[in-house]
Amino acid sequence: MALDSRIPGGPLENKWSERKDHMKMVNPSNKRKYTVIVVGTGLAGGAAAASLGELGYNVLNFCYQDSPRRAHSIAAQGGINGAKNYQNDGDSVYRLFYDTIKGGDFRSREANVYRLAEVSANIIDQCAAQGVPFGREYGGTLANRSFGGAQVSRTFYARGQTGQQLLLGAYQALERQVASGQVKMFPRHEMLDLVLIDGRARGIVVRNLETGAIQSFVGDAVMLCTGGYVNVFYLSTNAKNCNTSAIWRAHRRGALFANPCYTQIHPTCIPKSGDYQSKLTLMSESLRNDGRIWVPKKKGEQRPVEQIPEEDRDYYLERIYPSYGNLAPRDVSSRQAKYRCDEGLGVGPSGLGVYLDFSESIKRLGQNVIAERYGNLFEMYERITGENPYQVPMRIYPAAHYAMGGLWVDYDLMSNVPGLFVGGEANFSDHGANRLGASALMQGLADGYFILPLTVGDYLASGGIKKTDTNHAAFKDAEREATTRLDKLLAAKGNRTVDSYWRELGTILWDECGMARSKESLERALTKIPVLREEYWKNLKVPGSGADFNQELEKANRVADFFELGELLCRDALDRNESCGGHFRTEYQTPDGEAKRNDAEYAYVAAWGWKGENQKPELQKEPLVYEKIQLATRSYK
Amino acid sequence: MSVTTKDAVIAQGPSRLSLFWMSTVGKKVLMALSGIILFGYVVAHMLGNMQLYLGTDLINGYAHLLHLNQGFLWTARIVLLAAVLVHAIAAIQLWVGKRDARPIPYRSKENIQATAASRTMIWTGAIIAAFIVYHVLDLTVGTAHAGRYVELDAAGNLISGFSQAGPVVLYVIAMIALGFHLWHGVYSMFGSLGLSHPRYTAGVKRLAALVATLIALGNISFPVAILTGLVHG
Amino acid sequence: MSANGHGGMKLTLDIWRQKNASDPGRFVRYQVTANVHMSFLEMLDVLNQDLIVKGEEPLAFDSDCREGICGMCGFVINGSPHGPTHGATVCQLHMRFFKDGDSLTLEPWRAKAFPIVKDLVVNRTALDRIIQAGGYISTRTGSAPEANSILVPKESADIAMEAAACIGCGACVAACPNASAHLFTSAKITHLGVLPQGQPERYSRVLDMIGQATTEGFGHCTLMGECEAVCPGHVALEVIPRMNADFFKGSIKKRDPKAVAGGA
Ligand SMILES: Cc1cc2nc3c(=O)[nH]c(=O)nc-3n(C[C@H](O)[C@H](O)[C@H](O)COP(=O)(O)OP(=O)(O)OC[C@H]3O[C@@H](n4cnc5c(N)ncnc54)[C@H](O)[C@@H]3O)c2cc1C
Ligand code: HEM
Ligand code: HEM
Ligand code: SF4
Ligand code: F3S
Ligand code: FES
Repeated sequence: MALDSRIPGGPLENKWSERKDHMKMVNPSNKRKYTVIVVGTGLAGGAAAASLGELGYNVLNFCYQDSPRRAHSIAAQGGINGAKNYQNDGDSVYRLFYDTIKGGDFRSREANVYRLAEVSANIIDQCAAQGVPFGREYGGTLANRSFGGAQVSRTFYARGQTGQQLLLGAYQALERQVASGQVKMFPRHEMLDLVLIDGRARGIVVRNLETGAIQSFVGDAVMLCTGGYVNVFYLSTNAKNCNTSAIWRAHRRGALFANPCYTQIHPTCIPKSGDYQSKLTLMSESLRNDGRIWVPKKKGEQRPVEQIPEEDRDYYLERIYPSYGNLAPRDVSSRQAKYRCDEGLGVGPSGLGVYLDFSESIKRLGQNVIAERYGNLFEMYERITGENPYQVPMRIYPAAHYAMGGLWVDYDLMSNVPGLFVGGEANFSDHGANRLGASALMQGLADGYFILPLTVGDYLASGGIKKTDTNHAAFKDAEREATTRLDKLLAAKGNRTVDSYWRELGTILWDECGMARSKESLERALTKIPVLREEYWKNLKVPGSGADFNQELEKANRVADFFELGELLCRDALDRNESCGGHFRTEYQTPDGEAKRNDAEYAYVAAWGWKGENQKPELQKEPLVYEKIQLATRSYK
Repeated sequence: MSVTTKDAVIAQGPSRLSLFWMSTVGKKVLMALSGIILFGYVVAHMLGNMQLYLGTDLINGYAHLLHLNQGFLWTARIVLLAAVLVHAIAAIQLWVGKRDARPIPYRSKENIQATAASRTMIWTGAIIAAFIVYHVLDLTVGTAHAGRYVELDAAGNLISGFSQAGPVVLYVIAMIALGFHLWHGVYSMFGSLGLSHPRYTAGVKRLAALVATLIALGNISFPVAILTGLVHG
Repeated sequence: MSANGHGGMKLTLDIWRQKNASDPGRFVRYQVTANVHMSFLEMLDVLNQDLIVKGEEPLAFDSDCREGICGMCGFVINGSPHGPTHGATVCQLHMRFFKDGDSLTLEPWRAKAFPIVKDLVVNRTALDRIIQAGGYISTRTGSAPEANSILVPKESADIAMEAAACIGCGACVAACPNASAHLFTSAKITHLGVLPQGQPERYSRVLDMIGQATTEGFGHCTLMGECEAVCPGHVALEVIPRMNADFFKGSIKKRDPKAVAGGA
């Protein structure tokens, strides 16, 4: 089966309007006859559910938190891009498009990225109208800042809480639809499986996390906006409960998983402090606008940091990348930090850290300006580390942060399974091998507000969807499988906890498949993981029962999926014999340690099909065709 | 299909006035308004009583004056009674409501910035209520008066009453309660009516404390002055 | 007895254990060994690992982002919602604020409107319903004007931002001697009410949201300020009088609030 990305014809600039002009439409009075299941209430899911409700569809909306407002989008700090050119610095749709393609190291789909840049401006309009309190100039117009990997100021922000404010905007629009009865909200409900009937996605099986009840829900289309999977590394900047279960279950039901090895390591996180560590905290990349990154020039530097003179400091990003300096893209700056620490120049107790220093900009702008810009981040840092970043430089280290990979989708954001749509971080869509700062919020909202509500309509209007309900055998089977699986986790009654396994899996992936990967390391991982997974199912210890609120069981179920995903992640990384963006294979680098792409052989999307447990997955390739731009070596020097 | 929002779910509710009364915020507004009336009365009343220091016949004259105009007197009485009733009923309903709002108390609960006055409003209020009843029976009706009660001889009644320790103690206790009540009440009043700006909050708090203390002390001074013989027939 | 064998401070914890909504619940005493670098929740993770290994029921408590922004976590430590530091979530509380030998009492948010799900986990959907009642600006997707066509004075934008920083954790309710949701409710009303975009629904919003808060069974506000003192979103008390003012205006306005609600 060849992958059909269904990219509309015509010149790049017109593809989206071309597509919209020829979509099939559901007539307004018929919309209420359709039910759309939306899993996820983040920027993508929340925006989609609200917009579909406004259009008049019946929407069933699910999330695992106790409120839709808590989706992990809430944690985004830095900002959201929009090609508004409010700064008159020559920004344009094309520039945003090009920066995103280039940032993604030329491994994303041209047409999707162009559409993303195109709708970015509407997103800002929509959010401003909802009352999102964006930063403003004294004249009352919107303010911008520049953000990692861009040379124009196109990032909109709400203090250090941009994600929170955008999500609350979507959440409020969503609650408005809940009040109207158009959307039914199911908080503390976790999706356990996807249900297919006649090859179409027709429903989901969920577990009510409060009561433990297993329930089925039927719809005419299913939309997964369930976020990213980098918790597969155990330690990451993601929320504790972020998981891959929803998309992984869909994958096992036939949805292709694209580019799993494209994971992003964020350069500016607070270093790990001990083995009990439960997650890593991101310090917004926007800090890099005013902070300078450095390490001591000589190994085993003993002097207290404030006594290390300028000449003994190596501002390595400014040295290696003069034109971008501290704003070099994430994969690049993360890798450079790793190199410094590998060379033994790392700082802090663990030796795994570099300095992010504000003293210079505090001198230049004054402490209150810095406080105005980053006050809450500095506060957070001090609370966690007990050090005051106004006085001593922050210590930062890279951490797993974002998944560019995800379920494969076509131009309409529909997976290869008819009726299964995927939005936000959960799909592989727009970021190629590396995501630029402030572009995930943009993508989540583009998908949710402006793309999915239309493309779903086109799917529904195309007909062929038969009436069915949750008594259908497919639902009953899925419910049974879900229950058996949970029982199996409970039945193991071994003597190791979920966390201990999760931590071990994470360590394997971080060491063998993290910032730098090699054939050897990946093969090591691919032998270790299956062994550990076997043991997991036998020796796991999960207390309590499935019939009530049981957080360990929830975790056990998620980690079981992480094991399978982790394996695919390494396999994909092993299969891609090149370095690009977040995927860095040590065998493939330039003399000065930059990623070396192989466009001749690897300019494709790797879409993996599930072939059963302990079966080798099947690889399908979607070649990446660039009509508009020339593939170039990404240079930030 | 245009999706209207609340119209779809909220049926025609009760009238706006009853909505106002039903909501905790509406009740607080009414408490504040009645509080103002009561507060105003207490101030005026105290100033009136100050005449005690200017000579007993003066205050009696004032009492007579009040009683000459029965129309005015009764309107005043009715307004006051209404104010106290609204105020007290709202207070009690809110108090009942807040007790239901937390059926299981905390084992321990730290107080970070709530003042003692703010946490005892209902009790100081109750004391004031009891005082008002006693006070009216004491000096207006006369039935609760300690000593011989002479109609319209305000000064005489005060002196005969406050020459004994008993009434004086009761009055002093009540006035301390009143002081506490107004200490938080006057500040909180501004909040309830939405007359608040961060710039002035600190000032309003200080003002409220000052006014409350003055009223308490001013009122306490009368019985004490009589008991100690500073003021006599 | 620490699972990961890192010694440090020994703590005695009296923790509220309650199987489910119907179970009466009780305090149970635990000993745990923590170290100063842990976060408070990591200390509880360690406790839970030990309990699981010993075959006991681990403690149920909510958390997700663990960086103070999602509002999922929250319980009362020695009578203080989110713990003794005040103004930060419990997931942002670190063990260096405690000392060896401390004994702590852990209780869930206590309010009728927040039924207990299990142990320290409560159900806060009442707060969502308050938002449903009007905590939004009705703008259908696609109907928005060009963003810079709405000018917002920086001062209003700042007031809106400060109020909008509420993370919906419910600590204000937990802290309030009256179990009032005033700080949460007025934070949203202020956020939307000071912005030009929020004007059309300004007064119907305040009436409907306050009505819902009352219906949910939250208490009233005596302006005691405990909520402000613990609020991890640093929402300032001034939002409450702001809300009261709008409520007063809204109530005397001629138009019947219900008729304009939603506006669509
Ligand atoms: C700390 C941090 C900072 C960031 N900063 C920025 C930034 O400054 N700019 C930027 O552009 N991007 C940023 N990002 C990335 C961006 O926030 C995310 O990629 C984006 O918000 C993802 O949105 P989403 O809607 O796809 O998923 P999420 O917001 O993660 O939502 C996932 C939803 O799915 C639900 N869900 C998940 N699994 C299940 C299941 N099995 N069953 C039921 N429901 C489920 C969850 O309950 C949740 O509602 C940041 C990310 C992090 C972690
Ligand atoms: C009749 C007996 C009284 C009772 C039971 C009573 C009770 C209360 C209570 C419980 C409150 C606090 C309401 C809240 O929880 O915020 C209150 C507030 C107040 N009381 Fe009284 N009170 C009484 C009499 C008075 C009197 C005589 C005065 C004036 C001298 C007064 C002035 C006030 C004021 C100004 C407030 C502030 C209102 C607000 O917070 O908006 N009260 N009262
Ligand atoms: C020590 C302080 C006070 C003194 C000396 C005092 C004195 C008096 C006197 C002499 C009268 C009788 C007037 C008359 O009928 O001729 C009176 C009436 C009254 N006082 Fe006071 N009073 C005091 C405090 C208060 C306070 C604090 C309140 C309210 C909370 C109050 C409420 C009243 C009322 C309601 C009446 C009845 C008025 C009427 O209906 O005629 N008094 N007071
Ligand atoms: S107002 Fe503060 S305390 Fe209350 S819910 Fe919001 S953030 Fe939490
Ligand atoms: S503590 Fe409670 S009384 Fe009001 S000021 Fe805060 S809600
Ligand atoms: S866990 Fe998100 S705020 Fe504490």
